[in-house]
Amino acid sequence: MKVIKIDKNEWASGLEKLRSAYELIGPVKEKFYHAFQSLESGQQPDMDYINTRVSPKYVIYPQSELILECSLNENDEDYKIYKEPEKEYKAKAILGIRPCDADSFSLVRRNFDTEEYKDPYWLRAYESTTFVGLACDQPCPTCFCSSAGSGPYSDSNLDILLADNGDHYLARLLTDKGEKLAEAAGWSQETGEEADQQIDQKKQEAESAIQSSVNTDKLASQSLLDLYEAADAIWEKEAFSCINCGTCTFVCPTCWCFDVQDEVSGKKGYRIRNWDSCMYPLFTMHASGHNPRGTKVDRLRQRFMHKLKYYVDKYENGIQCTGCGRCVQLCPVNIDIRRICNMLNSYDPESCTCEVTAS
Amino acid sequence: MVNPYIPYPVRIDEIKTETEDKSLKTFKFVFLNPEDEEKFAYRAGQFAELSIPGLGEIPIGIASSPVEKGFVKFTVFKTGKVTSHLHSMKEGDIMGIRGPLGNWYPWDLLEGKNVVIIGGGFAFTTLRSSIIYMLDPENRKKFKDIHVIYGARSPGMLLYKEELEQWAARDDLNMHITVDGTDDPEWKHHTGFVPTITEQEAPAGTEDTYAIVCGPPVMIKFTQPVLDKLGYTDDRIIMSLENRMKCGIGMCGRCNIGKEFVCKDGPVFTLRQLNQTPKEY
Amino acid sequence: MKSYTDKIKEIAKRLLKEDKVDIVIGYRKGTVPLMHQPFFATSEGEVDSFVWDSNCGLNLANYITDRKERIGIVATGCNSRNIAVHVVEGKIQRDQLYIIGVPCQGMVDRHKLAAMAEGNIASVEEDEDKGTITISGQGFSKSVDKAEVLQENCSICVHRNPVLCDELVADEVTEQTREQADPYARVREIEAMSPDDKWTYFDDLLSDCIRCYACRNACPLCYCPQCFVDESNPQWVGKSVDPTDIRTFHLLRAYHCAGRCTDCGACVRSCPVGINVRDFTKKLEKDCLELYGWEAGLNTEQRPPLDTYKPEDPEDFIK
Repeated sequence: MKVIKIDKNEWASGLEKLRSAYELIGPVKEKFYHAFQSLESGQQPDMDYINTRVSPKYVIYPQSELILECSLNENDEDYKIYKEPEKEYKAKAILGIRPCDADSFSLVRRNFDTEEYKDPYWLRAYESTTFVGLACDQPCPTCFCSSAGSGPYSDSNLDILLADNGDHYLARLLTDKGEKLAEAAGWSQETGEEADQQIDQKKQEAESAIQSSVNTDKLASQSLLDLYEAADAIWEKEAFSCINCGTCTFVCPTCWCFDVQDEVSGKKGYRIRNWDSCMYPLFTMHASGHNPRGTKVDRLRQRFMHKLKYYVDKYENGIQCTGCGRCVQLCPVNIDIRRICNMLNSYDPESCTCEVTAS
Repeated sequence: MVNPYIPYPVRIDEIKTETEDKSLKTFKFVFLNPEDEEKFAYRAGQFAELSIPGLGEIPIGIASSPVEKGFVKFTVFKTGKVTSHLHSMKEGDIMGIRGPLGNWYPWDLLEGKNVVIIGGGFAFTTLRSSIIYMLDPENRKKFKDIHVIYGARSPGMLLYKEELEQWAARDDLNMHITVDGTDDPEWKHHTGFVPTITEQEAPAGTEDTYAIVCGPPVMIKFTQPVLDKLGYTDDRIIMSLENRMKCGIGMCGRCNIGKEFVCKDGPVFTLRQLNQTPKEY
Repeated sequence: MKSYTDKIKEIAKRLLKEDKVDIVIGYRKGTVPLMHQPFFATSEGEVDSFVWDSNCGLNLANYITDRKERIGIVATGCNSRNIAVHVVEGKIQRDQLYIIGVPCQGMVDRHKLAAMAEGNIASVEEDEDKGTITISGQGFSKSVDKAEVLQENCSICVHRNPVLCDELVADEVTEQTREQADPYARVREIEAMSPDDKWTYFDDLLSDCIRCYACRNACPLCYCPQCFVDESNPQWVGKSVDPTDIRTFHLLRAYHCAGRCTDCGACVRSCPVGINVRDFTKKLEKDCLELYGWEAGLNTEQRPPLDTYKPEDPEDFIK
C-alpha cells in the first residue's frame, strides 16, 4: 500500500485534472449546512467541514430513482412491457467523505448484494464510485463511531484515506481504484515509513478524542423476544415523544428501506423507488386494513430492534450503525440511539430493568 | 447482472369468477416469451408479484401447480387499488409477473410422510398447488396418507368447486370439505368451522405426520390448540404468512419481522420458527 | 429557568400524589445541547427528571390527541391555545386536563445558534438576569442577547401567557402589543413581491424538502387518521421529491391549518432541513384575522370561522 503526500495546492489542481474522467462530488456549504453536491468546474470541496446534515447515501442511492418504464400506447409493440431505463453509470469520485459514512456502504451492501438477488441500480452506482475519505481529527461530542464498528480513521470502505497535516495531506492509497484516481490527478509524491507512522499517530490521537460511546458487547447474547417484550422497561417511555417523522431514517447512512410506486404521465408508465421509513404507519399496512405495527411504540421498537438486534443476529457482524451521530443531533424530540443501545445491552430479563445512561 | 425488478410479460388467457359474491377471480396467464416459462420454474408454496404497469404490484400465492404446464394461475381477492383494477381487466390484456419468489413447502421433508392440509377461505390457493402436485402420478407414491380439510363461509364461497368434487371422489386422498353454515338441503359435505372439523377428522400427530395450515388469522388461532391436542409438535406444523410487500426480494425492508423477510426467508415457516419471532404479522 | 423547573416539579409531584392525574407530560433533560425530550411521568421519581428552559420549543399539545386518561400538562401561551383548539374540535375533554401554565418569554432557535457557533456546541448556559445565552465548544465561547436568537415566531408573539390553565408556575409576563410585535411584517414583504418573484421565493424555500413529514407530525393540528398524502385510492399526491408534489403537500397542509394554527413553531423546529413553513401558515393566519376577526384557540367556546356560517361573512374574495 502506497503512502503519498499531496500539497494542498496540488490537491486543488489535481481535482481539475480528474474532471475529464470522473464526476466530482464533495461537501459544499449551502445556507447553514453542508451537503454533498456535484462540483462545477473550478468549484472546490470544503475540506474544513465537520460533516453533512444528510448522509451521502443519496450519491449511490438517490431518494427517488426511476427503475422501470414502459409505453402505455396500445399501438406500440412493447405496450405495457416494463423495461430498464437507459442510464449511464459514469465514474464518480466522492471527495472528503468521512470514514463513518464510508463504512455505512459496506453495511448497506449486505442488503443489496445477496446470493439470490442483486440490486443492479445500487451495485452499478457503488462500483463506479471511488471513495476518497477524509479522516476526522476533531470528532463531535455526539460521535460514537469507534464503539459502533467504525472509527475516525477507519478505512475499510475507502479507496484513498486522507489525513490533514496542515499544508498538505498524507494519503494512503488503499485499492487499485484509489491508485488509479491518484495517478489521473497527478498526485505522486512518494513518502517514507515515517508518513505511515504519522498517520497511525494521528489516528490514536483522534480515537482518544472521541467522547461518546455505546456498549454493544451483550447484544448478540440477549434473547430477541425478551428485548422485544420489554415494553414497560424500555419501549413505552422512549416511544412517547416520538412523532414518527422519519427524520432519523432519512439522515441515517445505514437506513435503506424503500417504497415502490407506479406513476403515469401521458402515455408512459414509470416505476419509481423512493426512500421510505419504518416509522410511518403506512409502512406495514395491509390492504385489508390490518396493521401489524399500528402503534407508535411498535414502530419505534422495530427501528431500534432492527438496528441493534435483528441486524446483529442476521449478519453477525456488529450493529447496523456507524456512530455518525446525525439522528442524535437532528431528532426533533431528542430520542437518543446511544441511550437505547445501552438500555438494550444492559437489560436484565429477570428483573426487567436496565441501566439508563446516555454518554 | 440479472435485474430482479423486471417482470416477465404475460397475457391474460382466461378469467374465472370463483365465488358467488364475485370477490375472488382466478386468472390464467400465458407467458408472451416461451423461454420465460422455463425461467419461472416454481414449486408449490411460492408466490409471485403480479405487476400492472402504471399501477403497481401485488404479491399473490401461485395457485397452479408445477406439474401443470403452459400457463400459471393465480386467485386474487378484490381489496385495494391494484386488485380492483385487475378484476376489471379482460382476457387478452397484457401485464407482468415477477417471480417465483419466496420459499416453498418443505417437499423434501414431507416425502414418506402423512400430510394433513388445513385451509380456510381464500388462503387455499397455494394449497391447491400442493394437492395437485402430490396427486400427480409421478409424485403420489412419495407421500403416505393425505388428508385435506378445507372450509369457507358458505358453499358459494368455496374455491375450485369442480376440482374439490373430483378430489372428494378419489380414494387416494381424504377430502373433508366444510362450510360455516348453509341452508342448501343438497349440501352433502360437513357443516362446521375448520378447527371443529379438524378435531373430528384429522389424524393424530405422530412422528410421520405433518400439517400444513393456511388461512385467516382467526382460523389459525383456533386450529392451533386442536393440533396441539392431537399431538402435533411445533416443528411439524407448517404455515404460510402474509405481510405487506413491495420488492418481494428481501431488499425494501417492508416485510421484515425479527431477522426474517417474509418474502425471502418465508412465506413458509414452521410454527417453531414463528414462536421465536415477534408477532408482527 | 430554575424557578420554573422547581415549580413544575412541585406541582407535578403534588398532582400525582393526590391522584388528580394519571400522567404528567413535560420535558426531560436532553442528551444534546439545545434539545429536550417530551416525556411523561407516572411517579414522583420520574418527575425529578423534568426540566424547563428556553429550549422547550415543541408543542406538548401534540401528545394529548384522543387520549383517555387524566393528564397534567405543561403549557405556554401558544401550547395552551392549541389545547383550546383540541377541546373545540373534540380531541380531548377539558375536564381530563390539569394545565400547568407557563408564562413564556420565548424559545431560542437552535438553527441560529448552530450557525453562530465556531464548531460543535458542547454546552449552553442561559443567564436570566442579563438575558443572554452563552454557547461554548472546543476552543470557543460566545455570548449573545437572547432576543437576537429567539425563534421567529417567539419574537413576534402576542400571546405569551397561557389563555387556559389551572395553575401558573410564575407571575404572568407582559404581552407585546400587536403594534410592537408587528407579526405580519414578513407576510407583507412576501405579499409585495411580483408573482414571478413569489414563485422563485417559494421554489427556493421548498427546494430542500425531503418529504419526511416532521412538520406534519410535530403539529398538534395534524391528526387526520389518514393524511391526504398517504391516500392511495385515489392518490392525490405523488410520494417522490418531484417539486410539484412537494408544493402540493405544503400548500394543502397549510390550508388545512387555516383558522386553527397558533404559530407555535413546532413545524419549523422539527424540520431537519430548517424550512420555514410558517411563511405559508402565517399568511393564512393574517387573512383569518383581517377577514373574519378570528384568532385560533383563545377560548373553548367559540367555533372557528371556517367551521361556521354567518350571513355577514365577507365574500368579496370569492370569485
